[in-house]
Amino acid sequence: MLKLDGINKIFNEGTPDEKNALDNINLHLAAGDFVTIIGSNGAGKSTMMNMISGALTPDFGSIVIDGNDLTRLPEHKRALHIGRVFQDPMAGTAPSMTIEENLAIAYSRNTKRGLRGGVDKKRREFFKQSLEKLHLNLENRLTAKVGLLSGGERQALSLLMATFTKPAILLLDEHTAALDPSRAELITKLTKELVEESNLTTLMVTHNMQQALDLGNRLIMMDKGQIILEVGAERKSALTIPDLMTEFEHIRGEKMNSDRALLG
Amino acid sequence: MFTALFGSVEQGIIYAIMALGVYLTFRVLDFPDLTVDGSFVTGAGTAAMMIVLGYNPILATIVAMVAGFLAGCMTGLLHTKGKINPLLSGILMMIALYSINLRIMGITSDTGVTRPNIPLLNTDTVFTMFNDFWSKLGIDSVLSSAVTAMGGKSLPSTWGILFFMLIVTLVIKLIMDRFLKTEIGLAIRATGDNKRMIRSFSANTDSLIILGLGLSNGMVALSGALIAQYTKFADIGLGIGMIVVGLASVIIGEAIFGTKSIMRTTFAVIAGAVIYRLIYALALRVGWLDTGDMKLITAIIVILALIIPQVLNKQKEKKRKAKRLAARVAAQKARLNVEQGGNGLA
Ligand SMILES: Nc1ncnc2c1ncn2[C@@H]1O[C@H](COP(=O)(O)OP(=O)(O)OP(=O)(O)O)[C@@H](O)[C@H]1O
Ligand SMILES: [Mg+2]
Repeated sequence: MLKLDGINKIFNEGTPDEKNALDNINLHLAAGDFVTIIGSNGAGKSTMMNMISGALTPDFGSIVIDGNDLTRLPEHKRALHIGRVFQDPMAGTAPSMTIEENLAIAYSRNTKRGLRGGVDKKRREFFKQSLEKLHLNLENRLTAKVGLLSGGERQALSLLMATFTKPAILLLDEHTAALDPSRAELITKLTKELVEESNLTTLMVTHNMQQALDLGNRLIMMDKGQIILEVGAERKSALTIPDLMTEFEHIRGEKMNSDRALLG
Repeated sequence: MFTALFGSVEQGIIYAIMALGVYLTFRVLDFPDLTVDGSFVTGAGTAAMMIVLGYNPILATIVAMVAGFLAGCMTGLLHTKGKINPLLSGILMMIALYSINLRIMGITSDTGVTRPNIPLLNTDTVFTMFNDFWSKLGIDSVLSSAVTAMGGKSLPSTWGILFFMLIVTLVIKLIMDRFLKTEIGLAIRATGDNKRMIRSFSANTDSLIILGLGLSNGMVALSGALIAQYTKFADIGLGIGMIVVGLASVIIGEAIFGTKSIMRTTFAVIAGAVIYRLIYALALRVGWLDTGDMKLITAIIVILALIIPQVLNKQKEKKRKAKRLAARVAAQKARLNVEQGGNGLA
């Protein structure tokens, strides 16, 4: 399904700011895998997500989805197969456009955009049905500007939009981090439902270890540009937070800087 | 007086097409495109050149539009592929077009090199063509007698141009409203709103910016082609400050009529263009002002249109705050009184 082979990325190479952000990353996902990704600040999690989405290109290494090598494909072409939700609730929607117009944009992700009206009766009906799944009463506010929605509402909408066309890969980068706990919980629940409904192959970055353990069938831990721990489906269900901490100490020979990693 | 104002309304409606183009780049695409000063003349020059060479005015107008479209696409290419900042891309294209426009008009000169202006005195234009058809209908005399009956004294020579331009501009407005709601139109709007988002939904923002700039400058060139035919004159200096005129129309229109929906806003822009022309005509009637002062007046109109709403908002805010403070002070006093009253009782 998704194969990352020997991905390397160095930022600002040859300057004092040189930063080895990704150091030989190898990761294989089977269809339907839901991988949660944890790791301290600057571990390279977002950089890896940006590699997969095409916002960044690796110095070397290859990215293959469904047997197609996408390594050199620009972001907008890859986006046919990849849905994304960003950390910033502002990032995933167009604020001056209405809810239904935003949904229409998401709806035509994998078709060629033409001179057809973006919103028609049939689509509006479908948009309404889809919005009902969010239980935020957005289905009755189709023509409200998205800029008027709260961060949580926007993030729920972003999530729906990202999963609308059932992309081959769903990338979630700390998409609950900017929300208050109750909203974050709601979005987490929605994530679970939407991913399960379409059996989406998903990568989710989170600083909340409990969330990383609760969701998904696999878990990886990153540090200093490397994947330092991979937990498969068999072991993940029994895993606890203390287990993760000991694993980290064991691998790195140092205590985990746990403040943000734990509670984030 | 009436004739002068009537003429401004006619011109305003023609300039409105240019203003709609400016709206498309400045507001919808969020791209401050200065190509306009050049592409307006490209439209005027191309149409005048072809008409003088004997081509059908309608064909000449369409070719002018295409020329403007290409100029806009070039600006888009400079920005997206050349990674040049938007303002600079527009300025570069504007300067380049100055020479290109001289060459375009030069096609009609005896030496065939460059030419700074083309008069269209005894040639057909889209307006004379429409008037031929219009005068047969006899609507002019009906409307004119209506105006006379209402006490109007001076009369326009024909209502045809006004009627014709109203139709053309409204059709363009309706097409634009509709286009901005198509899948491509939504993608263009999202490009101006949140590039990162629309890219993550598999839209090529580079192509969308190029297309948007092309369409915008196509409209600007159409407006230029019509102005040249209306005034029977194309001149290399026609476009100087055109971008500011376009902005003035957009800002005035939005300030007066609001931006609730796209349909509303495009209407506001058209109305803004007409209002701007009326202000311009009235300013010209002030005795000591010269035509040469008009650029200064235009700049002042835009500056005022930008500043006045800010000042008004601030004042409103101040008033609201003062009111709230007064209410709070009153409440405090009331509480104090109650407490003192209570103490007195104790
Ligand atoms: N565009 C860039 N230019 C230079 N350095 C960068 C760039 N993007 C990321 N980096 C650096 O690469 C490293 C990895 O960053 P990345 O954003 O992937 O970390 P992360 O694991 O997502 O961290 P966080 O948990 O804080 O989001 C960091 O040291 C960061 O400073
Ligand atoms: Mg990150």
